[in-house]
Amino acid sequence: MSDTPFSRFLGDFRKNKVATGAAIVVALIVVLAVIAPLVTPQNPYDLAHLVLRDARRPPGYVGSAGYTHWLGTDSQGRDLLSAIIYGLRISLQMGVIAGAVAFALGALVGCAAAYVGGRVESLAMRLVDLQLSFPAILLAFVMAALFGQGRSQLILALIFAQYAYFARTAHGAAAAERQKDYVEAALSIPLSPWRVVFKHMLPNSLPPLIVVATVQIASAISLEATLSFLGVGLPPSEPSLGMLIANGFQYLLSGRYWISIYPGLALILFIVSLNLVGDQIRDQLNPRLHR
Amino acid sequence: MFGFLLQRAWQACIVVVAMSVLVFCGVHAVGNPVDVLISPDATQDIRASVIAQYGFDQPLWRQYLGFVGRLIHSDFGRSFVYNMPVSELILSRLPATLELTLAAVLFASLVGVPIGMYAGYRPHSFVSRAIMALSILGFSVPTFWFGLMLIMIFAVQCGCMPAGGRGETVSLFGTEFSFLTADGLSHLVLPALNLALFKFSLMIRLARAGTRELMLSDTVKFARAAGISEFTILRRHVLRLISIPLVTVFGLEFGSTLAFAVVTETIFSWPGLGKLIIDSITSLDRPVMVAYLMLIALLFTLINLVVDLTYALLDPRLRKGRA
Repeated sequence: MSDTPFSRFLGDFRKNKVATGAAIVVALIVVLAVIAPLVTPQNPYDLAHLVLRDARRPPGYVGSAGYTHWLGTDSQGRDLLSAIIYGLRISLQMGVIAGAVAFALGALVGCAAAYVGGRVESLAMRLVDLQLSFPAILLAFVMAALFGQGRSQLILALIFAQYAYFARTAHGAAAAERQKDYVEAALSIPLSPWRVVFKHMLPNSLPPLIVVATVQIASAISLEATLSFLGVGLPPSEPSLGMLIANGFQYLLSGRYWISIYPGLALILFIVSLNLVGDQIRDQLNPRLHR
Repeated sequence: MFGFLLQRAWQACIVVVAMSVLVFCGVHAVGNPVDVLISPDATQDIRASVIAQYGFDQPLWRQYLGFVGRLIHSDFGRSFVYNMPVSELILSRLPATLELTLAAVLFASLVGVPIGMYAGYRPHSFVSRAIMALSILGFSVPTFWFGLMLIMIFAVQCGCMPAGGRGETVSLFGTEFSFLTADGLSHLVLPALNLALFKFSLMIRLARAGTRELMLSDTVKFARAAGISEFTILRRHVLRLISIPLVTVFGLEFGSTLAFAVVTETIFSWPGLGKLIIDSITSLDRPVMVAYLMLIALLFTLINLVVDLTYALLDPRLRKGRA
């Protein structure tokens, strides 16, 4: 095997058993979510497949369609396992889209501010700091409340709540790169500012951004679930995991635990795995731990 | 120093004004409160008169100026739903939220810090590893789901704790408090635990990191050489030194705990501010929404200002002002 930085990185990663396991879980969940229609016994949002007689049945119940509901059914007779996999699909979509846009926006703001410098830099970073002083959940909650229900509105709220983390990180890294000789050299050739920012400063600021990204995608998914649970997130027609848990809440008190618990366990498994992978990447990219 | 103070205070004022414009316009972009206020079969005349009464026919900037004008006289308007002054409504809900938040933050620090110190003191023992694993879980488990689990285990399965509400309250200085009665206390335990979870994990991690670093320092080495007992070293030296960053985080996190109270209050039907804002969003109660958001904006601006000024007091380099 060739000794590229990436293959060395993979080799180091594999040494941590827990993180490797977590990475496998994340990969499995992503694959499951992507191929959901092929693996689930039922399309939980096709009303023609729902039988009200099967509603609120405990795990292991054999439904009228002939197959076993391993995780039980919800209040409308949906197979919970199918609903969870479809819910993961929506949660993952929201997390990845919001995370990716926030990443791009934050990296752009941070790097551009570091490049331009001066008053623009301090003003932009002051705004970012100001935003960081508010908790993300509060910002997302307020934004979601102001924008109203809906997929794109929720994504906007999540981006707004999260881009500042990327901007701060990108700015820190890019400001350090800006001082280095190779950037000065590139500027004095002269290469265009765009080229210097995107081809030189940004790629060298990527490692800390990647660490922030794993954490922020996990937190976007968690935020989305929380907002949907509170009723300011996705509309009921697009049930993410948070919505499934919220729907099960009223049945929890009458002992029908499975409607809320299993979606929650799926959510936690996903978030914990993402965080473990993120922790490991952070440790590996942190130069202070390698001396 | 005075110049720095003035500059920061001025910036804070600008932030609050900008927030007020944002909040006001944002809230007015959502839904039409006229539909909530008037029954659908009201005549055109009644509709027009109600619209005029609330000033909805005015252009937005004029509504905003009117809002600011009333604000100066500390009048937040009347809630559409409860039909009482918003300031009274918020003041009546505030103690419940503060009580819950305070209980959660106190629990997180009083229990979390000793546990974290233990984990830092013996970083390689099995118990410490278990503590750290649990704290990762504490970071990852969404607050709302943890709340559901608490209800399921303690209220539904074993039936030893109430699932929601505030229980019996005692009036003290004109406000109601839960923690003074046994019934109220039992109602407080689960929501407080739920709200504390995140801070709890945070405190454990911070205390552990600080203790671990300090145990290798000269201070501890010399204290040991002097024959001071390990417990005294931990209590008198380590705890004091790690408490400086802990107190900072404590202050900063108090605000975000208030924000998270929205989730906990919804689950445990705790009659505080968070529940009020959720209800007012679903019922399009504009004055309450605006007042709540303004209050939060004001609170956070104030917290930031205090933090900035404290840092400036502690670190003279910051006083020269980075604009």
